[in-house]
Amino acid sequence: MNPFDYREPETLDETLALLRDHGEEAKVIAGGTALIIMMKQRLVMPASLVSLRRLRGLDQLEATNGELRLGALATHRAVEVAPLVQTRAPVLAETYRRVATIRIRNMATVGGALAHADPNQDPPVALLALDARVQLASAGARREVPLDAFFTDYYETTLRPDELLTAVLIPVPAPHTGSVYLKFLPRTADDYATVGIAATVRIDPATGACQDCRIAMGCVGPTPLRAREAEALARGAQLTPELLREVGAAAQRITDPISDARGSADYKRAMAGVFVRRAMEQAWQRALAGDHRG
Amino acid sequence: MTQTIHLRVNGQEHTLELPTQRLLLDCLRYDLGLTGTKEGCSVGVCGACSVLMDGELISSCLALAVFADGKDIVTVEGLAEGEQLHPVQQAFIDFGGFQCGICTPGMVVAAKALLDVNPHPSVEDIKEWMMGNLCRCTGYYKIIESIQGAAAAMQGERAR
Repeated sequence: MNPFDYREPETLDETLALLRDHGEEAKVIAGGTALIIMMKQRLVMPASLVSLRRLRGLDQLEATNGELRLGALATHRAVEVAPLVQTRAPVLAETYRRVATIRIRNMATVGGALAHADPNQDPPVALLALDARVQLASAGARREVPLDAFFTDYYETTLRPDELLTAVLIPVPAPHTGSVYLKFLPRTADDYATVGIAATVRIDPATGACQDCRIAMGCVGPTPLRAREAEALARGAQLTPELLREVGAAAQRITDPISDARGSADYKRAMAGVFVRRAMEQAWQRALAGDHRG
Repeated sequence: MTQTIHLRVNGQEHTLELPTQRLLLDCLRYDLGLTGTKEGCSVGVCGACSVLMDGELISSCLALAVFADGKDIVTVEGLAEGEQLHPVQQAFIDFGGFQCGICTPGMVVAAKALLDVNPHPSVEDIKEWMMGNLCRCTGYYKIIESIQGAAAAMQGERAR
């Protein structure tokens, strides 16, 4: 790794002032699991690192106003084991638990992983299906961005060099909602997915029909993708094998994966269709069963 | 560019002035001479560099040494008490939980971390926790048996 200037601000204001003055040539480091690898490979050679390791108060997990708020510095492990997350949005705890290994989950942070914007990650997919937003702070300004509009390309986001991602907000799912994240792992349990699919379905309890749904797909494009046309097909419909096939096919059409060791582009595209079908069915069944794994 | 850090490793305090880009793994091995911690894949996948930082299992190949400033680090060298091996170390010997040995320090540290939070792990618990520690001799069954053995031995000790 190249040498770099290392700063450890202790307050958010100090951090934002550093990013205002040095954001262009600095990288923010939290857990470090993604950035250190990129620095070792010299894909990134920052002149300075702004470390968040002494910053306090940004790792809290809270429920407020019908929303879950995950502080950016909460580790994956903390989200995975938090009773608050396990009860309010179990699918999130399940998803974070599927990331890599315990060692990585002890280090990697919620905000760091989102800012890293690798489309092969698991949490962004589940968070997209849950309609999450991110809070961004800069010196003198705050803004909120729907996660849907946050990712722009491979490893690219709308985050400006002077901005810090401070939290993720997730609406607690409404009653009669079921959610699931399916990670297709043909190789090893700690690998990135070949495809990762999240679905959330809210049903009309009287009829069982889908009132609303969201489908998100990972590993099949430059960013995690929302399958909006597929979602539209399901709204108002009953759960039938024909519908699931149509929904899967519609979602598959918008995928644009690359071939790599986890599968050829064609294979990933085909698996995206299959796993959207399965995810929609399982989320729907959970909603019907009153199994509120929002 | 250098940074001065104070850390405790296996109970001993150290003050070191290090290049900012020094990895915790290299700090342990080359600055402190603790070569029990191994470098395998260098990308956080294999588990050979597993250490505990404030009790939590991490990959020292992905941590900067400056991350350890003010922290308590435990490596495989810190598990035995004098000549008395840690129950996990003794169990790896008793159950033949290693072949070539390169993964063993990471396995032992990871297993200790598991038993710290889950003293009675099921085989599934062990597999899930240990899946990030790779043994290329593929002797996984005996490693699982070693951890079960260590759990039983530690339970016996607590009962006494």
